[in-house]
Amino acid sequence: MKEHRVAIRPPLERAGDTRGESRRLMDRWWTELDAAAEEDSLVANVFVMGSLAEILNTFDIPMSFPEIASLQTAVKGKAMDYLLAAEDAGYSPDICGYVKVDVGLHLTGRQHPLGRYPKPGMVVATNMCNTYIKWSEIWERQYECPVFVLDLPGWRGTGFAYDMGSETFKNDVKFVEGQLRELIALCEEVTGKTFDIDKLREILDNVNRMSELYRAILATNKHRPAPFNALTEGINYMGIANILRGREDGVRFMETALAELDERIDKGVGAVSPEQFRLLLVGTACYTNFRDFVGLFEQWNGVFVASEYMSYAGGGIDRGVHYDLSRPVESLAEQILITAQPSMSGIFFSHEWQANVVRDYAIDGIAYHGVKSCRTTSAGLPDAREWLMRNEDIPGLFIQSDLVDSRLWAEAQLKNRVDAFFEALQSRRVQVGA
Amino acid sequence: MTELGDIIEECRNAVEDPDYPAVHEWLEANPDGKVLGHFQVYFPEEIAHAAGMLPIKTMGADSSVQIREADAHIAAFVCSILRSALEQALSGKLDFLSMYVTHPICDAARHVNGIWTRKFPDVSCQILYYPHNAASPHAATYLLNEYRRIAGLIEEITGRGITDEALRASIELFNENRRLLRELYEIRRNTPWLLSLVEGYVLTRAAGVMPRERHNELLREALPQIRERTNKPQDKIRLVFEGGFCEQPPIEMLSVLQDVAYIVDDDFLIGLRWILEDVPSDGNPMENLAVAYLEASSYSPVQRDPRKPKEHMLLERIRNSGAQAAIVGAAKMCEPGLEEQVAYDNALTEAGIPHLVMEFEEKTANFEQVRMEIETFAESLLFEFV
Ligand code: SF4
Ligand code: SF4
Repeated sequence: MKEHRVAIRPPLERAGDTRGESRRLMDRWWTELDAAAEEDSLVANVFVMGSLAEILNTFDIPMSFPEIASLQTAVKGKAMDYLLAAEDAGYSPDICGYVKVDVGLHLTGRQHPLGRYPKPGMVVATNMCNTYIKWSEIWERQYECPVFVLDLPGWRGTGFAYDMGSETFKNDVKFVEGQLRELIALCEEVTGKTFDIDKLREILDNVNRMSELYRAILATNKHRPAPFNALTEGINYMGIANILRGREDGVRFMETALAELDERIDKGVGAVSPEQFRLLLVGTACYTNFRDFVGLFEQWNGVFVASEYMSYAGGGIDRGVHYDLSRPVESLAEQILITAQPSMSGIFFSHEWQANVVRDYAIDGIAYHGVKSCRTTSAGLPDAREWLMRNEDIPGLFIQSDLVDSRLWAEAQLKNRVDAFFEALQSRRVQVGA
Repeated sequence: MTELGDIIEECRNAVEDPDYPAVHEWLEANPDGKVLGHFQVYFPEEIAHAAGMLPIKTMGADSSVQIREADAHIAAFVCSILRSALEQALSGKLDFLSMYVTHPICDAARHVNGIWTRKFPDVSCQILYYPHNAASPHAATYLLNEYRRIAGLIEEITGRGITDEALRASIELFNENRRLLRELYEIRRNTPWLLSLVEGYVLTRAAGVMPRERHNELLREALPQIRERTNKPQDKIRLVFEGGFCEQPPIEMLSVLQDVAYIVDDDFLIGLRWILEDVPSDGNPMENLAVAYLEASSYSPVQRDPRKPKEHMLLERIRNSGAQAAIVGAAKMCEPGLEEQVAYDNALTEAGIPHLVMEFEEKTANFEQVRMEIETFAESLLFEFV
């Protein structure tokens, strides 16, 4: 039988600092988007996996992240309205729900639950998700805005690793650098501003600092008990890492978050207490029923100490970005390939990454959550799970629902599977202890 | 001279038999030969051919192939071709492959390489990224370097260097194949009563699963015989079918289509016809292949080229084939196909071109509903056009 216990927490001085700050920054972001929508001023639509914020911030081009906006409609319980509007316009129930929520928003007057939603004056996408490209083409047709797609050659197969001296790496860097210069030219054209390389340098420096802090945040969860839930709190760190990538206030936010986590560690406070099971989430959460989703695991005192999402959705920030400020554009190209690219390719070959995380974070089991909306993160999960179970003897749970489509949330079924998984983890523990 | 009926039969067998009979025949004749498989949509097969390999397009399968193992390895919400292609691999039908190349054509297909390398560690599995920033002045050089990388791996597998001379000869062979396929499609556009859709389809698709030398031979003999046929034109509506760039509708569904209409152009297996002109074989042949991919090529929902908006390309296909209407299909669960379908639908509506929007699945076994849909559509058009 499961046993849900709650321990008494010591008082924490910094409790709530990060949450308050992330709320303030997210509200400010929405105020900016709302103002841009009102003034019909330039906004670039970008994506979390490779936003190229470094270049856009150099030109002070405000960025809208439609994936984050779509997610937020689900958390606010409004996604269905937009999904249905898109389906009425001919979009299939079987495509990415983020796209459809966004299409619905644009078709119904661009009124997001958190503010007015601007139309894109330009779009910057990468090939990190193919749907990014299809999505961009929808805006291109609707608004006739410039669309720039940066090709990022990914891993060429399992075990692929760049040898910095190899021809492949050099060719890829040249290709990416050439495209970055095309993007710079496009930004100059769209804004009428001249590219300021010193400003880029400052932004790169901020990303370097942000990346270091972000990695330190992730590493705090190696402690037992883990100070944060990689799902509920992780999503805040991730969101800010995206919307404020390269900005000073983004760096300060990470400092605040790290300080709060350090305090929790000092005082022995965990995200759940007492901590019974340490878990890795592979895939994404379900945002229509976010609390319920987390609750399925927390009622067993299980905590997500790591999440694949905190890696791939950060455009490489978790991989340790080290921009060389003496040669900004060249270094940006190299680092994109060394950090952002593996965070994309890693999704498809994540079995070895998972095995390492399980070891480094002392994880008891992996929850694989496949979402119909996102084949990018979900299609190969059953195979990865089988590999981890077969080769590493790591217990894995595979469940399915969706990011934003509540029609696919089947709570009773999910609960049965999750409960059975924890029961198996428990008896495994007894066996190992015996 | 082989009779047309026998040629069509040979092609149909090659296409319908999930055991790849033509590949096994080739391997019997070339016991040390190596086979390279590639997944949809396009692969520069000339490079493998120039090293003496047999390049083949691995396909999905119709309802005759039972999915037993694949479902345990891939999520439920992906298209059928990914499932059936994986099933073929897991059930040993592709054991003859020494190299497998996939392309990140869609989010679901990007997982294929990971699954293959976990399941078949002994096969060289590679991913070839094609540029989406296709108008970039750097795209061709990047692609050329990728072709060189793949060529290097092929050389390792075959132990045979790819000389410019050999590559030129392979380009000539494939140029001939593309020319013959263009002629076949010309017959379908100009005199569709001489060649049924199913015949034209199996004659085309066979290119992907047999040695090109043999396919050229078959087409060389088939084309004049088709032209000599004396069939009379019927009062049928002329349609374009769009949406067959990756997963294929079952052949029975094509029979339903041909019963009610002339399908005068389509994008079935567009990768086999991706390059629209002869690739120059002089100069640097590898570079010519890379440039042709970008500059002399068709279109599909899985490649972005800002110079070729896909809905404009479809309108052009309809215009060039003299079609009166279109069927805009998409494979079930196919993200890029379903997204493009909306753009096609809107563009055709705006252009006032009648069209039917539908989904299909390679494993469909019951065609009554499809027949009804297509018949109703065709009848509505007959009043308008015939
Ligand atoms: S498919 Fe996944 S990664 Fe791509 S846009 Fe949709 S949710 Fe994002
Ligand atoms: S049919 Fe569509 S979803 Fe399936 S592999 Fe092809 S492009 Fe991808």
